[in-house]
Amino acid sequence: MAINIDQVKHIAKLSRLELSKEEEMKYTKELSSILDYVNQLSKVETESIEPMANITGLENVMREDKVEELGISHDDIKKNSPEFKGGYFIVPGVFE
Amino acid sequence: MELNKLTIKEASERLARSEITSVELTEAVFERIEAVESKIGAYITLTKELALKQAKESDKRRKADKPLSEIDGIPISLKDVVLTKGIKTTAASKILDDFIPPYNATVYERLMSAGSVLTGKVNTDEFTMGSSTEASAYKTAKIPHPHPNPLPERERELRGTPSPIPMGEGRGEGISTTRNPWDLSRVPGGSSGGPAAAVATDECLASVGTDTGGSIRQPASFCSITGLKVSYGLVSRYGVVSYASSFDTVGPMAKSVEDIAIVLNKIAGNDPRDSTSVAHDLPDYLTSLNSKITGKKIGIPKEFYGESLDPEVASKLRDAEKVFEKLGAKMVPVSLPLTHYAIAAYYILVKSEASSNMSRYDGIRYGHSVLKNKKLDRRLSILDVYLESRSEGFGPEVKRSIMMGTHTLSSGYFDAYYRNAAKVRTCIKREYERVFREVDVLLAPISPFPAFRLGEKIDDPLLMYLADVDTVPVNIAGIPALSIPVGFTSNNLPVGLQLIGPMWGESTLLQVGHAFQQETDWHLKKPVIK
Repeated sequence: MAINIDQVKHIAKLSRLELSKEEEMKYTKELSSILDYVNQLSKVETESIEPMANITGLENVMREDKVEELGISHDDIKKNSPEFKGGYFIVPGVFE
Repeated sequence: MELNKLTIKEASERLARSEITSVELTEAVFERIEAVESKIGAYITLTKELALKQAKESDKRRKADKPLSEIDGIPISLKDVVLTKGIKTTAASKILDDFIPPYNATVYERLMSAGSVLTGKVNTDEFTMGSSTEASAYKTAKIPHPHPNPLPERERELRGTPSPIPMGEGRGEGISTTRNPWDLSRVPGGSSGGPAAAVATDECLASVGTDTGGSIRQPASFCSITGLKVSYGLVSRYGVVSYASSFDTVGPMAKSVEDIAIVLNKIAGNDPRDSTSVAHDLPDYLTSLNSKITGKKIGIPKEFYGESLDPEVASKLRDAEKVFEKLGAKMVPVSLPLTHYAIAAYYILVKSEASSNMSRYDGIRYGHSVLKNKKLDRRLSILDVYLESRSEGFGPEVKRSIMMGTHTLSSGYFDAYYRNAAKVRTCIKREYERVFREVDVLLAPISPFPAFRLGEKIDDPLLMYLADVDTVPVNIAGIPALSIPVGFTSNNLPVGLQLIGPMWGESTLLQVGHAFQQETDWHLKKPVIK
């Protein structure tokens, strides 16, 4: 197995996901089979190759530093949020 | 003739000559939706009231001889990842089940300012993560599943993949999802299965889908319509729900190459709100459509024609090659040796980017939230809000993607997985640049097999990923590819092929595809829905 259940629990924690016992078992098996498969990439010679994250090569796309009116209202935002008051999202306390 | 069966080209000519009105056209589309939607299940949300209002306005403009464009009054659907202000947009996920976008996607804005009519929002796999539309959280067709799950043994043997692990998340008999109009026991493909099924059944004249790893091309081929995966950046992604940002593309799905060109003219081009969008000027895709393809070199990449390719699919591709030869094109055997590694590189990179994109769903700003449950009397910590909102809101494939991507980006694994896959991406891109110095376009299968049965792959994620073997290399390289119908198997299942072009090579792809459709009538065939 490429990955064990303790690693899966750790990944779930990093992922901010709460998994059931069944899900932990399921993802251990599934992620192992997927990772076993993708491990074949180690066979490609990539020693001197630069990694690519941007396919078009565009760099530092700038715009004028100017406020643009997008027509998004506080009311529209409020509709989608559990709690929104006076322009702020209300969240449970972060510090005890 | 039922007006909903018209192509955009035909309908816009009749609208221009005042032979029909947009209201008549739109009503015909909604009559069709009423007649077949319970069997097809293409739509998540219908916008009939809005559509008829838009159609009336369009007719007024036409009457005043002031149409906004040639597509003024044409009914079009959108994959439910394209944000529409004031209209629910779900990405087929429960985590967005009550999300009303406060703004429009650029692609929707452009279609609206050209006068088109919105019929509704069509189905997809959740957050577009899937190849069958079965991973949608919204199951819309209401007929029972006619077949139990068969085991695709032959396929597994050929691919040498491990046995499927029974996970119990497949829905088995009685499942209800978007169906393939050519065989209701089969998937429409995915993730743009909603757009493909809706166009194939004339439940709209055209649609807009997204393609991150084949999500426009594969459903287009499974449903016998035409679809274009554009060069990365050609169409703005502003306001389109993200899956993997360096792979996601937005493109048209329609009844002909000509209609694809018409829609592309409206939606392509730089958008200041998407800093990755194309910076240079673009050609008119319609005017160059009728150029001859005599002398064009069409590469046949041998790696796409391995033993896993279904013999009937292979034979349809050979027939298509003959058509291109008759039109004066020359077939050139070529090789892309890294094709074999594309799936592995693709899934590492895409799931990494997905895990990062999905972190925005936090249960605080929008979307499903445990805080919206007013009956809850526990005091929640911020961590509870994250954990519970996300665990309730995301479906199994999205959770799997987040887990996988979090792992491949995590400390200690980043170099071995993400960074190495990003290097392989460089190699694959170079391989395509090299091959396009020898040929004008490539001709390749879209999928090794035609539409598979509902439930056949949903329990085995790796098997589902491997279904994308022929489409993902194109997304890794960022280049465009056009999916066109080229015939049917002995079971009457559609077969498509993809024409792959160099970066920004859409004009050539559309010329070659259009030439094929002038010579053949596969794209005109319609399913009989039983």
